[in-house]
Amino acid sequence: MNELTQIEKTTAKDWATDQEVRWCPGCGDYAVLKAVQRTMPDLGVAREKTVFVSGIGCSSRFPYYMETYGFHTIHGRAPAVATGIKLANPELDVWIITGDGDALSIGGNHTMHVLRRNLDCQILLFNNEIYGLTKGQYSPTSRPGTRSPSTPFGSVDRPARPCAFALGAGARFVARGIDVNKNLPDVLKAAHAHRGAAFVEIFQNCVVYNDDVFAPFTAREVASEMQLWLKPGEKMLFADGTKGIALDHDTLSLRVVAGDDPAVLTHDPANRMLAHLLVEMPGQGFPVALGVLYDDPAPTFEAAVLEQNHTVAAGKKADLQALVSKGQSWMVEKEPRAE
Amino acid sequence: MAAATHLLTPEESHAEPHQEAVVVRFAGDSGDGMQLTGGQFTLSTALAGNDLATFPDFPAEIRAPQGTTFGVSAFQINFGSTAIETAGDQPDVLIAMNPAALKVNVAALREGGLIIADEGEFSQRNLAKAGYDANPLEDESLAKWQLVKFNISQLTMDAVKPFGLGNKEALRCKNMWTLGLALWMFDRSREPIVDWLKTKFAKAPQLAEANIAALNAGHAYGETVEMGAAVKPRHIAAAPAEPGLYRTVTGAEALGLGLVAGAQLAHLPMFFGSYPITPASPLLHHLSRLKEYDITTFQAEDEIAAICAALGASYAGSLGVTSSSGPGIALKTEAIGLAVMTELPLVIVNSQRGGPSTGLPTKTEQSDLYQAVYGRNGDAPLPVIAARSPSDAFDCAIEACRIATRYMTPVMLLTDGYIANAAEPWRVPDMSGYEAFPVTFANGEAPRADDGKLLPYARDERLARPWIKPGTPGLTHRIGGIEKNPGTGDLDYSPGAHAEMTRLRHQKVLGISADIPDQDVCLGEPGAALAVVGWGSTFGPIHQAVRRMRARGADVAHVHIRHIWPLPANLGELLHGFGRVIVPEMNAGQLKTVLRDQYLVDARSLTKVSGQPFRIAEIEGAIAEALEGTAPGNLRSDSTQLPEGDSGHDDGSNVREGLAR
Repeated sequence: MNELTQIEKTTAKDWATDQEVRWCPGCGDYAVLKAVQRTMPDLGVAREKTVFVSGIGCSSRFPYYMETYGFHTIHGRAPAVATGIKLANPELDVWIITGDGDALSIGGNHTMHVLRRNLDCQILLFNNEIYGLTKGQYSPTSRPGTRSPSTPFGSVDRPARPCAFALGAGARFVARGIDVNKNLPDVLKAAHAHRGAAFVEIFQNCVVYNDDVFAPFTAREVASEMQLWLKPGEKMLFADGTKGIALDHDTLSLRVVAGDDPAVLTHDPANRMLAHLLVEMPGQGFPVALGVLYDDPAPTFEAAVLEQNHTVAAGKKADLQALVSKGQSWMVEKEPRAE
Repeated sequence: MAAATHLLTPEESHAEPHQEAVVVRFAGDSGDGMQLTGGQFTLSTALAGNDLATFPDFPAEIRAPQGTTFGVSAFQINFGSTAIETAGDQPDVLIAMNPAALKVNVAALREGGLIIADEGEFSQRNLAKAGYDANPLEDESLAKWQLVKFNISQLTMDAVKPFGLGNKEALRCKNMWTLGLALWMFDRSREPIVDWLKTKFAKAPQLAEANIAALNAGHAYGETVEMGAAVKPRHIAAAPAEPGLYRTVTGAEALGLGLVAGAQLAHLPMFFGSYPITPASPLLHHLSRLKEYDITTFQAEDEIAAICAALGASYAGSLGVTSSSGPGIALKTEAIGLAVMTELPLVIVNSQRGGPSTGLPTKTEQSDLYQAVYGRNGDAPLPVIAARSPSDAFDCAIEACRIATRYMTPVMLLTDGYIANAAEPWRVPDMSGYEAFPVTFANGEAPRADDGKLLPYARDERLARPWIKPGTPGLTHRIGGIEKNPGTGDLDYSPGAHAEMTRLRHQKVLGISADIPDQDVCLGEPGAALAVVGWGSTFGPIHQAVRRMRARGADVAHVHIRHIWPLPANLGELLHGFGRVIVPEMNAGQLKTVLRDQYLVDARSLTKVSGQPFRIAEIEGAIAEALEGTAPGNLRSDSTQLPEGDSGHDDGSNVREGLAR
C-alpha cells in the first residue's frame, strides 16, 4: 500500500494525549496503555485513521489517553458502535477496549455477535476478574468463592472463560497477554496483523480490589513453570524447556511431558481443535497458554457487506424521482370539477 | 386521509359529505389472502380515480388455527368521489369468507348493509370452530342486514378445473374469484389485476392462468347471475384531485422513501440499523433493497446494537437511522442519551403500537409521546416530529433528516401501526422542488482555542457543534457519554461545565422552533369557539368530524401538530385565542399534558385506548359536548369497530405469504 510509506514516523509519545491519566496508582491499565502506545508507531497506520472505542468500566477510559479518534460509549455496547463505524468507513483501524464485566456480562451479546460476524477490529479485553469502577463487586470471570461487597459469603456461580467464549462464538483470532509482560506488544502486533475480529484477553491486575489474583502464574518466581508462550511452528515448551505439552490420544486431552519427549506438540495457530484444548487447559500442574492461541483468518463482515452493496447496486442508478414514482401509478390530467 | 392532494370544494367543507362513498371490508381466514385481495382492490380503486383510505387488520399469529375467530384477517377500504380521510366508521359491505370472519366482523356492519358470504365454508365443522350453534346464513340472526350467499369455494373450483390444480391450490384462488366479483360490483377494470397476476406468477404460468380464470369467473358471476337488488354494479365517480402523477403508498413505504430522500438531500450515505419488531419491520425490508442509494442496512443482534451501530455510523460520517416500536425504543433509550450527549445526528423512528410492554403488537395507539419527549435519564432534550398520514410520513422523514444534520442531534420521528400499514393515494412529489441541505464536515479549519487546541464542542449560530469524521487529519479527539468541557469536550464534571452544557443542549433544541413553520389551522379559523388539537394518525377522523360540525354551523377549528418538540413558536398564542381546546388522542392524554405544561391552557382530553382508531362520530360527539360546555372524556372500546386480535410477535408476513390463494 502506498499509504504505508506516507505515514509520518511517530513515537509512543505521539500517541499519548494531554489528558491526565486517572487510574489508581499501580493499576495494570497503565502498563497496557504504555504497551499499546509503544506498539502503535510500528503498525503503519496514521493516528487519524485509528479509532479507539470503549464501553464502561476502568479500562474503558482508555480512549481518552490515546491521541487518535476515540469514542467512550455506554456499558457493553462498544462492539455495536464499532460495527457501525467500520461499516460506515472500512478504512478506519478500529480498536475495542473492554473489560470482563463490559464484554462478558452487560455486553456479552454484542461480544458474541461481533466475533461471529468477524468484523475487522482488535478487541482488547482487560480481565481483572472484578468490577473496579463500581467498587469491587465480583465479575463474570471471578472465581467461585470470591468475596466481594455483593458476595460477602463468596460467589457461588461458575466463571466465564473469555477465550473459550470467543472461540465458541466463532472467533478467528484468540490470544492472551499479561499487562506487565514484555511480550504484550508482540501479541498486539499479531492481533493487528490479523484481518477480522482479533480477540485478546489481557490479564490485568487490579491493585485495589483483586490484587495478585493472577500471581499464581504471573509472579516472577513461578512464571517459567506456569506460563506456556506459544509460537507458531515451535514446540510447546515451558519451565525453561524442561516440560512440554503433548496430546493424550486415548482421552483427547492434553498432558504434560518431559521437554525432550518427541510427543511434544508443535504449535499450529490454524488448528482450531488444538485452540479449544489450549483455552481450556486446566490448572493442576498445567501452565497457562499465552500468546497467539488461534489465528486462522476468514472473510470479514464489512468486506462482505460492502461487496454485496456494490454487486447489487452495480448497473443501477440512484434516481430519486424514479424511485418515488415507482409502482403502479396513474395520471390525473385535470381537475374533474373544474369543468 | 389524502387531504394533502384531494381537494375540498367549498361546498364540501360546509356541507354534509357527499354520499358517494362506500366502505367495504374483506374478511377471511388468515390463509385466505384477504390482505392481498384488499391491496389489489385498493389499487383498482386508485386507478379509478377515487380517493381512498384503507385499514388492514391482521391477527398477531402468523398462522392461527384455520377457521378460528382469532385467525381472522380483515382489510377495510373506504373510497369515494370526495376527499376520504379515514378507513370509515362502519362498513357498508362485508365479504365474509368463512363463519369466523362473519362472526368477528358482522356487528360492525351498518344496519341495512350488505353481507356476501361463501356458504361453501359454512360447514358444521367450521361453524363449530367459530362458535356458532346454528348456521347464521339459515336462521334469522342476520335479518337486519341484506344477505347474499353462494358457494364461492365450489364456483372457484369449477372455474379453475381446467388447470389441473390440486384441491388445496384450487381453493387458494377463492380470493381472486371474490375480487372479480367486487370489481364487477364497482365497475372496475380487471386489466391491472391481470397484469399483476402475470408478473406475480411469471415463473408459474399455470397458477397465473388459474387465478385469472377465477377472477374472470367472479366477474362473470356478477354479470350473469341475478343476485337481487342488493348486489348491483355501482360506479363511484373519480374524486377531485390536483393534476399530476399519483400512486398508492403505505406509511412504511413513504417513510422509507422520505429517509432515502433526506439522506440524498443531505448528500450523505445512510446507515440503517434495525431489529425486527411489529409494526416497524417493513421499513427495514424496504430500505434493504435500495443499495444503489448508498444505503447500508444492518439487522443487528438486538435493539440496542441497532441504535449503537447507527450512532457509530453517524460518528463516522453517515446519516445513522434506527427504527423500532415502543418496546424497542425503550431498549434504545440509553443510546439515545449517548446521542444527545455526544451531539451526533441520528434519526430514530418509532412506529407506535399499543402498550405498555408487549401490549398490542398489531394494534394502533399513540401512547409513546411521553417516551419521545421525556423518556430519558437526565435532562436530555431532543426534537420530536409526528406524521399524520401515510403520505405525510415522506415529508416528516425529510424534515427529521434536516433537523438531525443541521443541529447535530438525535430526532425522534413518530408514526404508528395505522400509518405504517394503511395505504392512500399520493401525488408523486417533484423532487427538484426540495431544497438540499448538504452537510459540511469539519476539516483543517475546525474551530480552535487561542492556544491552538481543537474545540469539538464549539458552537455555530444554531448552537450545533462541528461534525468531525474520524479519518480527518489533524482533528483527532475523543467524545463520550461523560460530561465534558463546553468547548474542548475533555472530561469535565465541574458544576459550571455541567450547568453550561445542560443549558446549551436545552437551548439548541428549543432554538429549532425558529427553524420550523408556525402552527397553522388546517380547518376553520383562529379564535374559533373550539379548537380540536391533534397529532399523528388521528388527523383523518378529526378533520372529517370538524368538517361535518362546521357544515352544521359549529364554530370549530382543527389544529394538527407535526412538531411535537420543540412546539411551533406561535402555538401558545394560537391556543389561547380559542374559546376551548379539546385534544383527542389514542392514549390517556399525553399531548394534553404537554400543552397544559407549556402554555397553561385549559386543554381537555378525549381519549381512546382500545387499539382502534377514532370514529368520526365519536369526535363529532365530543365537539358537540365541548361546545355545549360539557367536558369530553374517555371512550370505551367498541366491539363493532375493528376486530380484536391476540397479542404476539408479528411482522405482518402473513400479508405477503397469503398470496393469491
